[in-house]
Amino acid sequence: MARSVTTQHKTIATVAAWIVALLIFFPILYTIITSFKSEQEAIQGFNLIPSGTFESYAEVQAQSGYFKFFLNSVLLSVGSTILALLVAIPAAWSMAFSPTKRTKDILMWMLSTKMMPAVAVLFPIYLIFRNLGLLDSRIGLMVMLMLINLPIVVWMLYTYFREIPGEILEAARMDGASLWNEIVYVLTPMAVPGIASTMLLNIILAWNEAFWTIRLTTTDAAPLTAFISSFSSPQGLFWAKLSAASTLAIAPILIMGWFSQKQLVRGLTFGAVK
Amino acid sequence: MKLRTLTLGLLSASALAFAAHAESITIATVNNGDMVRMQKLTEDFTKANPDVQLNWVTLEENVLRERVTTDIATKGGQYDVMTIGTYEVPIWAKQSWLLPLDKLGADYDTKDIIPAIAGGLSVDGKLYAAPFYGESSFVMYRKDLMDKAGLKMPDAPTWDFIKQAADKMTDRANGVNGVCLRGKAGWGENMAFLTAMSNSFGARWFDENWKPQFDQPEWKKTLQFYVDLMKADGPEGASSNGFNENLALFQQGKCGMWIDATVAASFVSDPKNSTVADKVGYALAPDNGLGKRGNWLWAWSLAIPAGTKKADAAEKFVSWATSKHYAELVASKEGWANVPPGTRSSLYANPEYQKAAPFAKMTLDSINAADPTHPTVKPVPYVGVQFVAIPEFQGLGTTVGQLFSAALAGQSSVDDALKQAQDAATATMTEGGYIK
Repeated sequence: MARSVTTQHKTIATVAAWIVALLIFFPILYTIITSFKSEQEAIQGFNLIPSGTFESYAEVQAQSGYFKFFLNSVLLSVGSTILALLVAIPAAWSMAFSPTKRTKDILMWMLSTKMMPAVAVLFPIYLIFRNLGLLDSRIGLMVMLMLINLPIVVWMLYTYFREIPGEILEAARMDGASLWNEIVYVLTPMAVPGIASTMLLNIILAWNEAFWTIRLTTTDAAPLTAFISSFSSPQGLFWAKLSAASTLAIAPILIMGWFSQKQLVRGLTFGAVK
Repeated sequence: MKLRTLTLGLLSASALAFAAHAESITIATVNNGDMVRMQKLTEDFTKANPDVQLNWVTLEENVLRERVTTDIATKGGQYDVMTIGTYEVPIWAKQSWLLPLDKLGADYDTKDIIPAIAGGLSVDGKLYAAPFYGESSFVMYRKDLMDKAGLKMPDAPTWDFIKQAADKMTDRANGVNGVCLRGKAGWGENMAFLTAMSNSFGARWFDENWKPQFDQPEWKKTLQFYVDLMKADGPEGASSNGFNENLALFQQGKCGMWIDATVAASFVSDPKNSTVADKVGYALAPDNGLGKRGNWLWAWSLAIPAGTKKADAAEKFVSWATSKHYAELVASKEGWANVPPGTRSSLYANPEYQKAAPFAKMTLDSINAADPTHPTVKPVPYVGVQFVAIPEFQGLGTTVGQLFSAALAGQSSVDDALKQAQDAATATMTEGGYIK
């Protein structure tokens, strides 16, 4: 009896999980379906069966060079992630192993900056970038992406580091390890799974960031978000082309996410039940 | 072998030296068919001007507007040529944000630009942007449905006729709506249509002292007529329909009439995409016998920001892209029907263009029927037919557009929408220092 109830619960939970997963994935699926429709089909209303044309992909490729934008997306997301880790690992270390009375407040304050609408600081940031000659530069944008994702990176790493027993670090210190050696040779290897999932999440966040990447670039540093944005048209049908451009833009990160889903889920749920 | 290597090396070095010398200009533009075509044809320009390289930035219209406004206001210098409309040009020119275009070349023939368009892009007699394509609005209608209704569309219909024709053409059982009009909220969406329409009803946004006029009977007549017409003969969910949605409906044969941008004529008459391509007739936008028609005037134009360091190269490009030569280039590559419309009188005098574009005469007549400097029946202190050329209009126009869209969707009454519009406009104008 108990066994059949458990099986029933499992079935219900599985069905519910599939429904939720499909609901979440449906916009992406419909974007992919629409990319294989003609413009006329795309605007005709809800239809899950496309005619299977590749004309939108051909037009998108002919209209703008995908690979230049793709390369910028890779450089910006990976570059900003490396920068973020360089700053966040020491920050999270100090907060996890030498906490003060204000550590929690600092963490909360850092996170609160994520709640501020980006447009509120558009002009100051734009002026700083202009004055430093960083408009449309990859370096400038890497720093910007690093800064906006830093609170999440620090938070995630802090959560991981808190799981590592402080005694191990103390033992390393007693054996004469310097601070640098302690972080690089003791802490980091133990936190590799956590650092990897933080890195993956940060790459995804940086890849998808659209507000700053569109507003601080023109041609040289423009990533795939700018590529997608260029296909919206005020006069003329564009849904199929826009869907093709979106599919091309999300495909790499979707594939990467698929292969690293275990690490991502582990990273996001680490310490959640404690 | 050595000689070949040396020659190749020398050639590469020369190419590098040349590339280093070439000046690159960045052009910000929107993703419209004509703009995309221009990008494909730029080889003609770069061949004639090998010292100029072109970089394109194509953006969604609202993002483009925000980007170029930020750039020009902060003198960011990211763009050397900007695609802007008749709304921005007078405001930005007065702020000295744009360079006057006085070096377009001897053979440019500025006088050939259609006067109504040139007027919208000039300040104190100086041209601050060169029109790339211009448009007004007019009535596109199904000739077959009009015949079936036993009516004949006049060249210059009245709003009463439009209502009568829409009532007769509506056949909901067969999915035909008598009329399709913009309902999607936005200063460039439903408010472009409604402001132009209100001009023909004798309404105006502001009186001579900048006092908002939504509490006047002319606006009540305009909005009530629009809401009643759309409820009786418009498509379902019309409050979400903008240009593209109505274009799709018309192309699928679901609209008896569509009053919108003249540039739509080339889409609805294209047999590749339109199921009604051979059944479309054109007429001027309607009026009410008050001396003003409900048509607008717009031109996507190329302007040079004052902050650019490459003004000469930028002006060379603007001159090329808006020249008669460019029109001939497009015609030779893609046919006369694809030449950017609405900018030059000579295009409309060209028999080949008239033959390729049956809507040419009506387009020109519509453009000529719009007067941005005297847009309304009663006097106004502003310039602009379907907009008010003040910086506050973008925000205010969109707010009022949301209120009117809600009235169309039945979420509020016409009276409530007008009252709230009056309050919003009064607050904005007080805050802006126009009124006390």
